[in-house]
Amino acid sequence: MESAVKERSAQGGTKRRGATAEEMSARQKEVSVSEFFVKNRHLLGFDNARKALLTTVKEAVDNSLDACEEAGIMPDIAVIIEDLEPKRPATAKQSRYRVTIVDNGPGIVRKQVENIFGRLLYGSKFHRLKMSRGQQGIGISAAGMNGLITTGRPMLIYTKPNAKQPAHHIELAMNTKTNRAEVTLDKETKDFPPERLRGLSAGTKQLSQEGVFLSPEVFATGTSVSIELEGKYQKGRGSVDEFLELTAIANPHARIVFVPPSRVAQDEVDDLLPGTSAAAAEESKTKADAPAQTTETGGVTVYPRGVAELPPETKEIQPHPKGIELGILLQMLKDYEASEKGSLYDFLQTRFCRVSASTASKFCSAIGATSRTKAGDVEPQQVEKLFKVFEDEKLAPPPTDCLAPIGVRQLLAGLLKGVKAEFYAASTREAAVYRGRPFQIEAAIAFGGDLPGDQAARVIRFANRVPLLFQQSACSSFKAVEETPWKNYAMQQPRGSLPVGPLVVMIHMASVWVPFTSESKEAIADYDEIRKEMRLALMECGRKLGTYLRKRQKMRREGERRDVFERYIGEIAKALNAITGEDARRIYDALLEQARRKTAVADQQLDEDGKVVKDDDEDDFGEGVIVVESAIAPVESAAPIAPPVFDAPNAKAASTAKADKNAKMAKDARPAKPAKAVKSEPAAKPEPAIVTKKDLSSRASTEPKPAPKKKPFSDDDPRLF
Amino acid sequence: MAKKTTEQAGGGRGPTARMKERDVATQKKILALAEEIAQRSLKGREPIVEIPTRTKSNTIWNKKKGILEMGGATAERPLFDLKTAKQFMQTMLHASTIKDLIDAQKTSSLRGVFYKAKHTVAGTKENTFDTQDESDPILEDLEVALGALREELHVFAENRGSMVGNITIVDKGDEIDCRRMGSGGYALPSIVEPDIIQFKKCEAKFVLHVEKGTVWNRFNEDRFWEKNNCILTHGAGQPPRGCRRLLQRLNQELKLPIICVLDNDPWGHYIYSVIKQGSISLAFESTRLAIPDAKFLGIRAKDFRECGLDDAVKIDLTDNDIKRAKEIAAYPWFEAHRGWQKEINALLSNGFKMEVESLITKDISYVTETYVPERLKARDWLE
Repeated sequence: MESAVKERSAQGGTKRRGATAEEMSARQKEVSVSEFFVKNRHLLGFDNARKALLTTVKEAVDNSLDACEEAGIMPDIAVIIEDLEPKRPATAKQSRYRVTIVDNGPGIVRKQVENIFGRLLYGSKFHRLKMSRGQQGIGISAAGMNGLITTGRPMLIYTKPNAKQPAHHIELAMNTKTNRAEVTLDKETKDFPPERLRGLSAGTKQLSQEGVFLSPEVFATGTSVSIELEGKYQKGRGSVDEFLELTAIANPHARIVFVPPSRVAQDEVDDLLPGTSAAAAEESKTKADAPAQTTETGGVTVYPRGVAELPPETKEIQPHPKGIELGILLQMLKDYEASEKGSLYDFLQTRFCRVSASTASKFCSAIGATSRTKAGDVEPQQVEKLFKVFEDEKLAPPPTDCLAPIGVRQLLAGLLKGVKAEFYAASTREAAVYRGRPFQIEAAIAFGGDLPGDQAARVIRFANRVPLLFQQSACSSFKAVEETPWKNYAMQQPRGSLPVGPLVVMIHMASVWVPFTSESKEAIADYDEIRKEMRLALMECGRKLGTYLRKRQKMRREGERRDVFERYIGEIAKALNAITGEDARRIYDALLEQARRKTAVADQQLDEDGKVVKDDDEDDFGEGVIVVESAIAPVESAAPIAPPVFDAPNAKAASTAKADKNAKMAKDARPAKPAKAVKSEPAAKPEPAIVTKKDLSSRASTEPKPAPKKKPFSDDDPRLF
Repeated sequence: MAKKTTEQAGGGRGPTARMKERDVATQKKILALAEEIAQRSLKGREPIVEIPTRTKSNTIWNKKKGILEMGGATAERPLFDLKTAKQFMQTMLHASTIKDLIDAQKTSSLRGVFYKAKHTVAGTKENTFDTQDESDPILEDLEVALGALREELHVFAENRGSMVGNITIVDKGDEIDCRRMGSGGYALPSIVEPDIIQFKKCEAKFVLHVEKGTVWNRFNEDRFWEKNNCILTHGAGQPPRGCRRLLQRLNQELKLPIICVLDNDPWGHYIYSVIKQGSISLAFESTRLAIPDAKFLGIRAKDFRECGLDDAVKIDLTDNDIKRAKEIAAYPWFEAHRGWQKEINALLSNGFKMEVESLITKDISYVTETYVPERLKARDWLE
């Protein structure tokens, strides 16, 4: 970013164009970061109206969650989008919205408000190595800036850092020339959380009464940010809804209430991710039942809390010598000299992780310095040498207590909440290191159930618990999914692409510094170490899925076995009857009994609770697996096999209830002869049988018949065999 | 040969005493098979069809007779096994179909039988047979399981192959003069048993069997059979049962030598092997089909040099060809034959194969006017 801030100086030799170096120098001036980003809003995720709305919500929600967690508060977040032009024509491409995010975080002390909301690249997170959602300090101020540019309206902030004192009510606009905020209103108020929001709609009123929405007890402290902007609200992929839904999955400890605008843009679905709206529609219908399931009240969506404890607090760490770059090392030395004026020996120990006293003195002697050499006295060549020594030295990897993975249990809880499937598996890898920065990969998969079976798997990606919604194919995680050998796990996978089937794959990267491919934080850069860890995590889940699928297939086969036999013995009985004249019904019943006996095993498992994998099988899958038995598709397609209907001149009382059922079910059923002992006969209609089978013998009904043993056929007696 | 069968053979005209007798025997076999299964079922025992296996391992090389015979091994086809359940049902269906055919005194093509037994299994969406490829092997199973031949089951295959030459035959009562068959020849039916076809008048001294129709046309157009007093046949590649049976009858009943002109490649060698000793899948019919003294006239590996052929006729051997050639060389009847070992080795060391048509590069009628007559005269063939 820094490099982009300054315009390139013009080189000499431009005289023939008529501008002198002096004239040009008059035009050369510093560009403020704000100005740069005003012109390059797309770098920050404000490329179009739809994405602008999403990015605004995302930045504010990320900040709120970070603040709550850092303060040790269970996050309770309200996202409210108001449509300010509800009467616009239906053809309008976009509309003006007011986005308000209210959190119950620690609030912001008055003097920092301008800096946090009114300056780009100002924040607490850039300079430290600590796992958090925000990294650069661009997000929320950029969102405010975007609002200011598109609507001219300032940001509206309420913040209440102290439960016992009134809240601050501030309106501020950023001056892009100076990258500073200009406050247009500043007063104290008792109205927090803002009363107005609670009365927005019937849904909000009801939830407020129930204490679910912006209750003053929960929001004793906190911050509310409102930004007006030109945007477009639409459902589907890359929407605010999807973002919140995924955020809820990755942050089961947070409660999020979403009040969507009254109008949804209904025109053509943005081509952000074409052909995926079906999946999103499917998603929305999965919100039902189960205790921690997402609910909807009067248009307001509540993503409830799935777990009762905050993620463990993460520690800030010093950089690891292996991950440092030469320029940064020089800068660090400079900073150290300016602030501490200490020795190189102390510098190495205090400003890096995993550098012990003995390692530090080893480093010092390696570059020809002593333990007393001042940091400021180190020659540039020595620094370069030090850098090399860093590379060569064997060091323990950075500590990993700076990472807070979501955790297998929470991952499963989150997925269960958001995706309706039959099989869930999750795994968390051990922490690993890229460029001296620790990171940890988690993966989870959901399979079957209501997921669409004929599409490529859906990949949902998270970095430090923030969902990544765009640039999927540029993301390291996407490549890792493609590289995973899904075929080994009984899935289909066209060469070099995503697996196909009812599958959702979720990948989370937790790190003190997630390497994004751009400032808008949409895709994780493709480091080999990261991709490898992702692949290993996926393979772990995949193996569990493979075990499950193979087991399920086996179960299914067992169940099908009997179906197969039952299906064929009707045909066999008819054929044997045609040849031998032996009674078809008797043969059928005898064979059926044999079939039942032979497949008694399958019977047992099927009868228990209707085609379901048994509990005691679960141990085989290993840890981190949930099987939702009720979601498993039935073993065979709904229609059971209708047993064949035999014309049964000799049908004894053997034709029990079963036979009645046959009569009802079989399409080409011909009525049993009324005289025969068939119970509840009325069910069968007294219509002549329709012989559907094209059969030489029925065609040539005049042909001489062999002498059958039991009963001669007659021409007016059309039968099935 | 049968004298009186002329106008009575075949369906519709009423069975002859002999056919009736045969059909009754076949019906008995079918009934016995079905009856046993029915009784087993009723007694609660697992229904099983026993089918002699038609695999290489169950094929025995009868050195004395010089033919392949089927061994005694059988495979059980139980109903209550997922792998065989459907086949079991199909076997029963076909048994029933065949019974109907015999009852009705009609014959049906393989495809006809397939269609007759093909229907949707009651109460499901599954077909009893999906393709004819499923149906044909089941019929062969029944042939061996019942110990009845295809024609005894009233089933026939498509006509394939042609014949011309100095012979007059009677086919279902119609006299056919094979000297006057124009350019197309007499189409060989699939059933050529003595009750259908009788040999009436034959002057021919031998049979020249060529691999395919195009070569046969060349010989026919050049009136080869007239000039050399022979019968000329082809079997459209791998000769079907009808063609092989007719050749065998010509060989056995009329004592005509069978001389083959086939391509110089493993496929040609294999065709010769089948004509001579029988095939694995039809080993049970070898006594009716194999012609142990059939002769292989060409094309020979040496012909490229001896006939001075052009390089253009060479077709490179594929890996598969090489593999196949080695397999054929290891057949017991070839393994012990020095001439054939030499021939196959020559093919392999050539590294290329040649079709009969390659001789056309010399002259359009080189094969009919020079090549075959010279070889015949020199008795230069492999046996």
